[in-house]
Amino acid sequence: MSDPVTIQTAGVAAGGEVQETTAPGSGKPRSLWQDAWAELRKQPLFWISLALLAVFIVMAIFPQLFTGKDPAFAELRRSLEPPSAAAWFGYDLQGRDVYARTIYGARASVVVGVLTTVLAVLVGVIMGVIGGFAGGWVDSLTSRIGEIFIGVPYLLGAILILSTVAPAQENPGAVLITAVVIIVLSVLSWPIVARIARSSLLSVKHADYVLAARALGASPGRIIFRHLLPNSLAPIIVVATISMGSYISAEATLSFLGVGLRAPVISWGIAIADHTDYLRTALHAMLFPSIFLSVCVLAFVMLGDAVRSALDPKLR
Amino acid sequence: MASQDDVILEVRDLVKHFPLTQGIVLKRSIGAIKAVDGVDFDLRRGETLGVVGESGCGKSTLAKLLMALERPTSGSVRVHGEDIASARGAALKRMRRNIQMVFQDPYTSLDPRMTVGDIVGEPFEIHSEVAPKGDRRRRVQELLEVVGLDPEHINRYPHQFSGGQRQRIGIARGLALQPEIIVCDEPVSALDVSIQAQVMNLLDRLQKEFNLAYIFIAHDLSVVRHISDRVAVMYLGKIVELGADAEIYDHPTHPYTQALLSAVPVPDPRGRENRERIILTGDVPSPANPPSGCRFRTRCWKAQEICSVEEPLLQVREGSGHPSACHFAEVHDVVHVA
Amino acid sequence: MTKAVTEPVSSGDRPYSGSLLEVEDLQVEFRTQAGVAKAVNGVTYSVDAGETLAVLGESGSGKSVTAQTIMGILDMPPGVVRGGRIRFRGVDLLTMPEAERRKIRGEGISMIFQDALSALNPLFPVGWQIGEMFRVHRGLSKKQAYAKAVELMDRVRIPAAKQRLRDFPHQFSGGMRQRIMIAMAIALDPEVLIADEPTTALDVTVQAQIMDLLAELQRESNMALILITHDLGVVADVAHKIAVMYGGRIVEQASVFDLYAKPAHPYTKGLLDSIPRVDQKGQDLFAIKGIPPNLLHMPSGCAFHPRCVFKRDNCTTDVPALLTVEGPRRSACHYSREVLDGVAG
Repeated sequence: MSDPVTIQTAGVAAGGEVQETTAPGSGKPRSLWQDAWAELRKQPLFWISLALLAVFIVMAIFPQLFTGKDPAFAELRRSLEPPSAAAWFGYDLQGRDVYARTIYGARASVVVGVLTTVLAVLVGVIMGVIGGFAGGWVDSLTSRIGEIFIGVPYLLGAILILSTVAPAQENPGAVLITAVVIIVLSVLSWPIVARIARSSLLSVKHADYVLAARALGASPGRIIFRHLLPNSLAPIIVVATISMGSYISAEATLSFLGVGLRAPVISWGIAIADHTDYLRTALHAMLFPSIFLSVCVLAFVMLGDAVRSALDPKLR
Repeated sequence: MASQDDVILEVRDLVKHFPLTQGIVLKRSIGAIKAVDGVDFDLRRGETLGVVGESGCGKSTLAKLLMALERPTSGSVRVHGEDIASARGAALKRMRRNIQMVFQDPYTSLDPRMTVGDIVGEPFEIHSEVAPKGDRRRRVQELLEVVGLDPEHINRYPHQFSGGQRQRIGIARGLALQPEIIVCDEPVSALDVSIQAQVMNLLDRLQKEFNLAYIFIAHDLSVVRHISDRVAVMYLGKIVELGADAEIYDHPTHPYTQALLSAVPVPDPRGRENRERIILTGDVPSPANPPSGCRFRTRCWKAQEICSVEEPLLQVREGSGHPSACHFAEVHDVVHVA
Repeated sequence: MTKAVTEPVSSGDRPYSGSLLEVEDLQVEFRTQAGVAKAVNGVTYSVDAGETLAVLGESGSGKSVTAQTIMGILDMPPGVVRGGRIRFRGVDLLTMPEAERRKIRGEGISMIFQDALSALNPLFPVGWQIGEMFRVHRGLSKKQAYAKAVELMDRVRIPAAKQRLRDFPHQFSGGMRQRIMIAMAIALDPEVLIADEPTTALDVTVQAQIMDLLAELQRESNMALILITHDLGVVADVAHKIAVMYGGRIVEQASVFDLYAKPAHPYTKGLLDSIPRVDQKGQDLFAIKGIPPNLLHMPSGCAFHPRCVFKRDNCTTDVPALLTVEGPRRSACHYSREVLDGVAG
């Protein structure tokens, strides 16, 4: 016990600074994105919503896989026939197969949801980044422009625009009708994305690492794409995922009101609108599209929730 | 020691006023925060100039001005005779290679989404002429080794390191372009006590190895004394006293320096009952509306009428062998009184 | 000092001969997703009236968690008190009904924090917030409470107290806000004041003002003061006795003079040696190698062994108990004798 401790202290003093090599809990290199993915993977909610969405997306791309029937084929004599072995969901007012039409209806919803999100995020992020990065009058200008759109009540604005600038052509094609709805929805919703992008950008704009990059002489482009955008992306991703569901329900609402999608497009909203008068006698004609619509919207919202909890560093 | 030729940084009459405005659409100026208000000093090759002062004295703004992260209202910051404060574009970028910075907070000064290799290698990407592309990885690993980190950890992310290790990463980034001057803004104050000495030793070793000149900004006076050759004491945007470390610590002549030194708790309880303590009254006045004449006069026990009328210049005086901005400068050794 | 007798929270009729506040073998854990963190692992200390105990430690040493447990303001969950006793005037606070404990908070023991701005409610004037203590605990009227608030603001030397009564927290400087928090803490004449890093966020000249104020208030009312800090200078200035914490345990306990003259634990010794000294200029500072332990993955044996220059084989396996070395001083090191005698290190 009494033997002197023979540790050369001078060596420790000099070498001490080099010895701090093992960080707590450090292991393999893992980025914050990888951390978020690991977090996401653990959530059952994520997998459930992902499975549901996968089904809807396959349905949208290859409806033939789900049904061999032609959704446009109408037999008026079968109008509003209830579900049977031949037609699982029954027939609609025009005597078309509800199952086939519900399957084919996924396409319009998914396309509107995804494309509106892409467009709104694109415009929103560009405007938000320009405003947030430039600051000053540019920021005031972009923010005010956004506020003009945000000030209009969402649905009211959509109804107003759609009912006035409805395609001039007598019989517009499905693509044109869908495109108009997508554009109107994105025009009214990009400011929400812009606002989030801007505030998220502002929260990292004055971080020391941005200052460090500026001190190194980094160009504005480098600062935006290398530092600001990657670090402000998380809330934008969350809002994009959640809003996909809300665009789908907005499309359904507009279609239901008769200003959104119209024939020849097949959509859940149209199917619901067409059969509200027959609620008591032929519930099936609107019940099944309604269920599909709800589940689809729910799947997107659940996905957004899962992504939010994985990306929010405060919860981790 | 060093001759005048060795001066690599000259700061002359540096002023930074942040305008205070009112109104959202039609902004009108209602005054200015005088963050830095006429600062002069030189820095020589291999030298450390410590800058001490309390919050609001302008030391962080000074650091940003030196780094050309803020444009001064007036005055110049000359690196090897070239004014970095008015430089732009390619000239500014070239000059930045010579002056780099180490930040206070190791948690916010590293981009969390970049690997250590990307962070330390970013200087080479921005200044691609410094290191050819194929050589960069090796250079980054060398830098990691120089600051005492495992070069194998090049692919890790900042959150996988401790505070002290992160500060080393920040130092490696600052070294990458082989600058002659490094501005250290409170480089150890965010670290645990037992880690501070490690980082101080590293900075000391690097200075000797690469003949670096440091501007060492800190509020911890004992840390500043340990590393500094000369020390500047700032109060409300001005340097009030400037001298060699022994001149400032053992023969302070400005009342504020004396108060500051006496306020620092000494980590030795012996004789604590008899230690002289100058407890200043009141708070630091707002830099938007500093007192007339001498800015320290509102808290000074020596203040007389002249202090409110005439601003004392930073100069060698009868009672002070080194520059001191006090009409009544007089040596008063507060630390060694007991 | 007649107050203690009339105090309703005093422990009945039985006179109590032990220390005013005693923490005994306190164990606090945090249950997190990543595992169980033993934040406080068998901490024992005591403090008497008029005495200043400094609890010294780095982040994660358990010094603040211990204080929060004493105050009963620990977040539970994730915190769990696993064992031990906290006796105030001989009565265990941990087994006391919450209603009684609430009475002790403020009147018996109170606390000030590092961040005064977030500890004050930004929506109410400071006079109202100080006065609230009297309205809630003493049932004073609004007017009386305001009068008391002015009195207290004078006592903590806030200039022009009467005019500033209706100002909001953000209208005060950092030092003044800390004074307001101190005013609230001493409003009900507590017997124990816990100060958790009270000056860490402040400048040195303001720090000196606040420490001066605390010392004066202590002299006036004979309070016991528990000062939680990482600043070796502040401790040397004001403490009577010191408990040094590392990794959730107390590693050394001593009077302030003994500890600074001759530390008996390698960690304390390392901390003191790493302070820059004038005669060391231009030389390397002594640096404790390594980093503070991760509470989720504590080293085996002595938690300090990976960083210790005195380390020998048994340090990696046996946890050293906090044992008496000499007189009243205690150290939790297998080789405290050698550390004390300066055999190596």
